[in-house]
Amino acid sequence: MSRAARSLLPPLALLAIVIGAWEAYADSGATSSFVLPAPHSVAASLWDNAGFIAGNLGPTAEEIVLGIALALALGFALAVLIHFSGVLRRAVYPLAVGSQAVPVAVIAPLLVFWWGFGVLPKLAVVVLICFFPVLVTTVDGLARIERDQLKLLRTLDASRWQAFRFAELPAALPAAISGARIALAVGVIGAYIAESQTVTSGAHAGLGHEINADLTALQTPRAYAAALVLFALAIACFYALTLAERALAPWASRPGGETP
Amino acid sequence: MATTITQPAQPPAGKRASGRSIVLRNVGHTFTDRGGNAVHALADVSLQAQRGELLALVGPSGCGKTTLLELICALQAPQQGTIDSEPAVLMPQRDLLLPWLSAVDNAALALRIAHVPRATARSRAAALFAQLGLDGFEHSHPAELSGGMRQRVAFARTLLSGKPVLCLDEPFGALDAITRAEMQEWLAGALAREPRTTVLVTHDVEEAILLADRVLVLSPRPGRVIGELVVSAPRPRARTDDNVIALRERALELLSRGARS
Repeated sequence: MSRAARSLLPPLALLAIVIGAWEAYADSGATSSFVLPAPHSVAASLWDNAGFIAGNLGPTAEEIVLGIALALALGFALAVLIHFSGVLRRAVYPLAVGSQAVPVAVIAPLLVFWWGFGVLPKLAVVVLICFFPVLVTTVDGLARIERDQLKLLRTLDASRWQAFRFAELPAALPAAISGARIALAVGVIGAYIAESQTVTSGAHAGLGHEINADLTALQTPRAYAAALVLFALAIACFYALTLAERALAPWASRPGGETP
Repeated sequence: MATTITQPAQPPAGKRASGRSIVLRNVGHTFTDRGGNAVHALADVSLQAQRGELLALVGPSGCGKTTLLELICALQAPQQGTIDSEPAVLMPQRDLLLPWLSAVDNAALALRIAHVPRATARSRAAALFAQLGLDGFEHSHPAELSGGMRQRVAFARTLLSGKPVLCLDEPFGALDAITRAEMQEWLAGALAREPRTTVLVTHDVEEAILLADRVLVLSPRPGRVIGELVVSAPRPRARTDDNVIALRERALELLSRGARS
């Protein structure tokens, strides 16, 4: 069996079991199709509404992909500031934690007031939700550099900046990407919440917006079809991050490789 | 602190250029450990090393040997006494190679820190690789190298700092017995070709006698110098040489007397 087949088979087999059970349960008549549509009707709806769903995928994918990228940059930058300055650590860290407790609905009107009915306010929400895991894992990654490593660099006459550039920065990269993986899990839901909480103009308002509209209109199969696309998007982003890690920090996934 | 900053004066050309490289006078040091306890690491240590000399320090674990090296490397200032040393570079027990750099880039780290352009730094490191028995491993990453190889790369990194004093902190402590013996022979050869003033810290008495010009025996904490052995046996030395065996017995006797007092 090829390597690709070996890594694809288990998740596909599990997916087949889940879909089979779902189909059997939905067909048994235990629930209404408004509550739980059968997989075959979700698939049919996906096929029939492919263009509509693809149109809504555009803004949502933009919010998630761009949002994670910006969150990675913001979380990393804040982590570096916190790492270098005790004052900033005391000033920024509690506020960063607190920012995660603010319900999106509270700030959504302000974001719309600033940035209008386009993608920007949703992007801001995704960034706000996603920067936090990146911040935490990167701060930890930076703190995990061994004191002996820094001592060694000092005897090689490295300045504080050079110690950062040669040792701490590369060591923190895999940690930041791990943070982005966690952020991805909350980021997809974040995009949905952002779309739910903001008014959007235009024909394609995003998958989250579409799901809410479809559920209200009892178009449950199409809501499920859109959710399925979100599901696939999350998986695709996860693997994209794995590839990014292999490109940016190949030592982290190399056998026997360890981060000092 | 009185650390002379005579920058990378290239090491003396002859094996034994004269002059003192390191002078410690009545150095005492106490540090606070992670649990917040005061640890009296060193008490009244006086020693000197001549340029090009290989001085070994042996003593029981926790006798302040590592602290002593950090003081010589100016990583800390001594609380009592004075230290006068040419610029010193530390080679810690663990290689601490950076996993994201190739072997040659790890070795060239000090040159990169000194703003030598990457290509020049690499070619200077690669030139040293052949001498140190590392040729062919330039582009390997640390994870692909054996423990002995990693220590060689770490040693190359130490040499390329260009500093006249090398402080080796149990450089072979983490290696198995066979690799260790190989590496001791290798280090003797490497230092014969690239002479530097070297302070070798070890708890292996035999290693000290095989490699050093002079062995200082330290007491348990707080560390003091309790004995000095001059090793005049010609090189290369073998474990089985009568001279080596006699000195080893003498050193062990000093150590056990130090432990009892």
